[in-house]
Amino acid sequence: MNALSGAFEWLTTGANWQGERGVWHRLAEHLYFSGVCLAASVLIALPLALWLGHIGKGGALAVNISNVGRAIPTLAVLVLLTLSPLGRYGDAPTLIALVLFAVPPLLTNAYLGMREVDKAVVEAARGMGMSGGQLFLRVELPLAYPLIMTGLRSAAVQVVATATLASMAGEGGLGRIITQGFTVQNTPQVIAGAVLVTALALLVELLLVVVGKVCDPMRGRAARAV
Amino acid sequence: MSRQNCLVTNDWVCLEYLDTRSQELIDATVQHVGITAASVAIGLVVSFPLALLARRGRLFAGPVLGVTTALYSVPSLAMFSLLLLVFGLSPATVITSLALYSLTILVRNVMAGLEAVPDEAREAARGLGYGPARMLWEVELPLAIPAILAGVRIATVSTVALTTVGAIVGYGGLGGLIMSGLRSDFKAQVLTASVLCVLLAIAADLLLLLLQRLLTPWTRIRTAPSGGHISPTGVAKVTEPA
Repeated sequence: MNALSGAFEWLTTGANWQGERGVWHRLAEHLYFSGVCLAASVLIALPLALWLGHIGKGGALAVNISNVGRAIPTLAVLVLLTLSPLGRYGDAPTLIALVLFAVPPLLTNAYLGMREVDKAVVEAARGMGMSGGQLFLRVELPLAYPLIMTGLRSAAVQVVATATLASMAGEGGLGRIITQGFTVQNTPQVIAGAVLVTALALLVELLLVVVGKVCDPMRGRAARAV
Repeated sequence: MSRQNCLVTNDWVCLEYLDTRSQELIDATVQHVGITAASVAIGLVVSFPLALLARRGRLFAGPVLGVTTALYSVPSLAMFSLLLLVFGLSPATVITSLALYSLTILVRNVMAGLEAVPDEAREAARGLGYGPARMLWEVELPLAIPAILAGVRIATVSTVALTTVGAIVGYGGLGGLIMSGLRSDFKAQVLTASVLCVLLAIAADLLLLLLQRLLTPWTRIRTAPSGGHISPTGVAKVTEPA
């Protein structure tokens, strides 16, 4: 357990938090990669998934993309992109890989959310004279919301994890503290980095659970609806 | 001539690489398959008692599902590093990490499979004098096989992909070749190992699908009552950790 107390010592040493290689800088890199890519993935995947779900087409694509994504090793994609001509453009390989792996959970969950809306409810809404747009905004979207948020949570967790792996392909982010620890054979630093990464991942997950609850369009309505 | 040159010009696709380094590729693939198989096997063995515990009531189900979900959100690089404390630079570090990840999918699918067993089947067994243990072993488990194997397929495919990250502690199967290819800028090695990794995942998936068909011949009889039918596409709506 020497390494554990060493890790604690590493984390409580102020010098390890400052400068180019310090925790604050690595955290900022990590959050920047994750934030930009999650936003880009949402902009790409959600409109597509919601539209496909609304018109009820493209189900095979939306579902299979997750199965295909599962079989592709993140590390392989990161390394392939780094060695490709794109590798010359600094952060480009990481940003592309992050988006590639965040899109499938968003797409699949949002699509399934739209498709699993009760058909009887949709028909009732149409019968009340709702237009396609009204139906989408006031019926389908609120009912699909839980699964859309599940997709967002999976994508966020995925992005944080992939951004960590990017350090193995030579990128920055909190994962760099771990890989650097391996390079210089400093186990306490490896453990300290792992603790930081785990804390960040769990925090992001927790934050999105809370945001999901607060923004729920059906919040406080369920009781009356029964 | 041109085949020799592809090693010198560092092409992505290089047959000469396949010829000269086939032993290296075979060794890495064998390690990859071994790590994946051990991880999923351990995950499956551990998931049964957890699933049985979880179905005893909400008191157990909450913590079991909560902990396995939380494990899933731990990034793989961090998981390997944390288990380094316990197992050091050994295959056990990689296998334990991957087994922990597979639990999330496996526990859910075992639970779903057991839940979907038709009550009539249970009642008939009880009427025939089956005790709880024999009922589980001879009635419930066989009927849960489709859901369990669907979980095993998802877990295996994502484990094949995740094994590559084990390269950080020196046991990543094909991931080791990917990392050493990155360090020496050896494109053919990186691409070949990556493609092999995807092929391995597909082969494992198909093999398990075949196993599922062999183990559950009754699911192909269309006239059978469809009570408790489980879609073979998998029950757990989760994505893989990276």
